[in-house]
Amino acid sequence: MFSRIRSELPALLLLGALAVAPFAGFGEGYLLTLMARAMILAMAAVALSLLVGGAGLVSMGHAAMMGFGAYAVVILDDARIVEAHIVLPAAILAAAGFALATGAVAVRTSGVHFIMITLAFGQMAYFTATSLAGYGGDDGYTLYARTQVAGGRLLESRLGFHYACLGALAATWLFCRMLLASRFGRVLRAVKGNPMRAQALGFSPYPYRLTAYVIAGAIGGAAGFLFANAAEFVAPAYISWQRSGELLFMVILGGLSGLHGALLGALGFVLLEEWLSHQWEHWRIIFGVLLILAVLWMPGGLSGLPAQIAKAARRG
Amino acid sequence: MSTTLLLVQGLNGLQLGILLFLIAAGLTLVFGVMDFINLAHGVQYMVGAYFAAFFAAQTGSFWAALLLALPAALLFGLLLEFLVFRHLYDRDHLAQVLATFGVILVLNQGVKLVFGAAPLQVPTPELLTGGIRVMEGLLYPVYRLAIIVGGLATAGLLWWLVERTKVGMLVRAGATNAPMVAALGVDIRRLFMIVFGFGAMLAGFAGVLAAPILSVEPGMGDNLLILAFVVIVIGGIGSIRGAFIAALLVGIVETLGRSMMPDLMRLFLSASEARQVGAALSSMLIYIAMAAILAFRPAGLFPVRAS
Repeated sequence: MFSRIRSELPALLLLGALAVAPFAGFGEGYLLTLMARAMILAMAAVALSLLVGGAGLVSMGHAAMMGFGAYAVVILDDARIVEAHIVLPAAILAAAGFALATGAVAVRTSGVHFIMITLAFGQMAYFTATSLAGYGGDDGYTLYARTQVAGGRLLESRLGFHYACLGALAATWLFCRMLLASRFGRVLRAVKGNPMRAQALGFSPYPYRLTAYVIAGAIGGAAGFLFANAAEFVAPAYISWQRSGELLFMVILGGLSGLHGALLGALGFVLLEEWLSHQWEHWRIIFGVLLILAVLWMPGGLSGLPAQIAKAARRG
Repeated sequence: MSTTLLLVQGLNGLQLGILLFLIAAGLTLVFGVMDFINLAHGVQYMVGAYFAAFFAAQTGSFWAALLLALPAALLFGLLLEFLVFRHLYDRDHLAQVLATFGVILVLNQGVKLVFGAAPLQVPTPELLTGGIRVMEGLLYPVYRLAIIVGGLATAGLLWWLVERTKVGMLVRAGATNAPMVAALGVDIRRLFMIVFGFGAMLAGFAGVLAAPILSVEPGMGDNLLILAFVVIVIGGIGSIRGAFIAALLVGIVETLGRSMMPDLMRLFLSASEARQVGAALSSMLIYIAMAAILAFRPAGLFPVRAS
């Protein structure tokens, strides 16, 4: 029991820190905006971590799921439908539907094929978004208003939005955590570890992997819903494959040993990006170099760093 | 849609297909031989175009720029292999994807730092300016025809190299079963370095060819990279022949789709709707085609890998 709580401790600590942050000196508007961005990206990253770490499906098109959620908000906003009980399910269903349609083809493959096909489908979503001239095309679309919750403007208040994001992130983490621990999650990991053996035990990998892909897509759609509301603006640039690469980077930066890695990775990513972009105009060069170095020298990610340092110290 | 327009778009599609083939050829061989996924292959194309712009500005001659840019692209590819890719061969695909993604970030921003964010222009070589009358009332630019001819010649050379030389034989063997080739005493790392450098040079060559007709700008390789991926997936990983056929297919479908789809949609929809739906559909077309082909042949049209 103790070990179980201990393994959840990093995630619980992070979520707790985000909960008290507005009252612990991080209540400024700018910091709240930054934290909301980090939490929303963390949500998508946790779902991606479920795919990569749980099912061994390295998706390079995860940003497209967020894009479908965000564009559902845009299309409904254009039709002046802004009630959360309609918009949120629509965002989730749109992303899940896209995940189902593309996953049905993509999940049949694995390895390099899967990476390239998800990349291609993600790019398809991107180009489709750029061709939607009625919704701003390349330039993007500014929302008339944030989504309303039960007629109230809960999401308009900065604190209200902060806790809405935090609640969504916590729920996502808890759901994915339970999913991985369930029978479904164990079959997923068995399929990832050895598909042949899992099949010999009577489990067909296809429906399990497809279900995982659709679930991750649905969560991505919910994150996209929040992302659109956070910026009150949606542009195709948010869906480009570079964004998918960044989400994947967050997952790896944090480490694949557990879902808390994705939380840590997303927070670390947003902070690093924010800090570096204020240092140098061409900060992406440093960012890219750090990314390469992290992959080459930090295979366990940030969450694996203490163990890695301890190991090196023992050796040294 | 007249025959003339159809012919022009067909030629444009062929030309895009040729450029795609030059990029996809190196990519598919690197995949095939070393099972290495290199997202940074698109920036090799961009780097080739920048080399062309740089040398053209220095020497004032397109031909000198072409001659200088090719070895420069080769050396640049080998440098990247030495600095980054060499350390990734034994890692999983996820690590390869991320590290090569990092290379993209560095190089896209790096050219901005060195050359500025504004697009550069490369003048069309004197010899190849003007147009040729392909048929009654149709003047097609000579330079674009030269790209098609030059690309086809390169494809022929590549076919000869892969099918008729000893190195080519090793490359084909490596694509089919790399561990077996290594077990037979071939230094697979050196073979890979050759394939890699050659692939980088081909992508650079595509960049040089494209420089006079497209603007040379940061990130210009990113979109072509995705199309090149579609090409390899359709053609079958490791297959030069598959890459060639798939590249022409993708180039023509993409170009014709963009020009014809809005007109086609007008048969069912109003003009403004047709424009929007047509544009959206045409951008999805090649991905739908890819999905359809994969549904029937999961390993692509010309699978190579022994499984």
